[in-house]
Amino acid sequence: MNAVFLYALVGVGLFSLGLYALIVHAHLLRKILALNVMGNGAFLVLVALARRTGDAQPDAVPQAMVITGIVIAVSATALALTLMLKLTSETGRAELSDDQRE
Amino acid sequence: MEAVILLQWTFNTLLGLGLLWLASRALACPDLFRAIVLFVAFGLLLALAWVSLDAPDVALAEAAIGAGLTGALLLAALAGLRSSETNEKVAGQPAKEGPKVRPPQWLPVVVLLSVAAGLGYVVLSLPPDAVGLSAQVAASLETSGVSNPVTAVLLNFRSYDTLLEMVVLLLALLGVWSLGGTALRRETAPGPVLDTLVRLLVPVLILVASYLLWVGAHAPGGAFQSGSVLGAAGVLLLLTGWHLHAGLAALPLRLALVAGSATFLTMAVFTLLGEGKLLEYPSAQAGTLILILETAATVSIGVTLAALLLGSPPPNNKDHT
Repeated sequence: MNAVFLYALVGVGLFSLGLYALIVHAHLLRKILALNVMGNGAFLVLVALARRTGDAQPDAVPQAMVITGIVIAVSATALALTLMLKLTSETGRAELSDDQRE
Repeated sequence: MEAVILLQWTFNTLLGLGLLWLASRALACPDLFRAIVLFVAFGLLLALAWVSLDAPDVALAEAAIGAGLTGALLLAALAGLRSSETNEKVAGQPAKEGPKVRPPQWLPVVVLLSVAAGLGYVVLSLPPDAVGLSAQVAASLETSGVSNPVTAVLLNFRSYDTLLEMVVLLLALLGVWSLGGTALRRETAPGPVLDTLVRLLVPVLILVASYLLWVGAHAPGGAFQSGSVLGAAGVLLLLTGWHLHAGLAALPLRLALVAGSATFLTMAVFTLLGEGKLLEYPSAQAGTLILILETAATVSIGVTLAALLLGSPPPNNKDHT
């Protein structure tokens, strides 16, 4: 095991932490934070695995994909936050209610 | 040599544990404001991890976006949330921000632990050496028009990704605008210190953005990093009470927003007609074409990111008449 797999495992850990928080927390802002942590975990796995080239230059394709992903993640976060604020001004709560399911 | 390796190991382990700790604190902390600040710190630490993984291009983008812009967006949303929650607060039912106290839920813990174990097993079972596509990238780098492999991938080999990404940014902004957004609460009377700081910082940020754009051809940098720095300058201006001139709010703003996508689409059509393949540049002019594309993309990314924080389209004269 080397630094590559250390970081890849940290990425897996971040993804799982984020997924857990996404499930157990009701507040939408925390769900958005959790989604961002999950995304960052996936990025960490991608970039760490791109480093498996020994002493040569790391693989540029996953790195480019992650840069694209970071910009997409921030725009998706902005849209999600606006949706959350709209929901809060409609219902007064920043949570999805369980009652509507019935 | 031994000592250096040990030092690297210590650094990497501490960084990895720090990332996990900050993420878990950010997700579990009852105070949302503190959670966001912890998340910003997490973004900064993540930028260090990218450097440690030999991905300086990613580190630059992360430092500007992950740590800067996302934090600003989250804090602005939290401020909007608090004001609307106090407006709507029902008597006897105070607005609660912290997670509701619940008994520990064992089912998700067990499921998530097995997901984590499965993912960890898959990651560890991968071969320790894999060159991926780096050989192909290195072989075609000469004809790509730039010498930074990441820029070559983003703007040449896989430029259709970047084309679609510009469209996604535009779509996100359209979504935010059509939801009506929320009024950004600005500093109405910035003190002399803040005012001077912004006056000094914004030109420097624009200079840094231009440098990153230019240097991206042969060193870490490029349109995304440059656009994010530009966006950060815009956010700083917006937060300290700067208003877009009403004459610029209508057409010029929209032109800046679509510049990236429009230039990409034009380039795609011309290369399709000329070379027969989508976004495949003639290698003699590739460097120039990439610089044109990057400049347009930088302007669009910067303006879009700042506009996302602003929330709603700035008022212009036509709307009032």
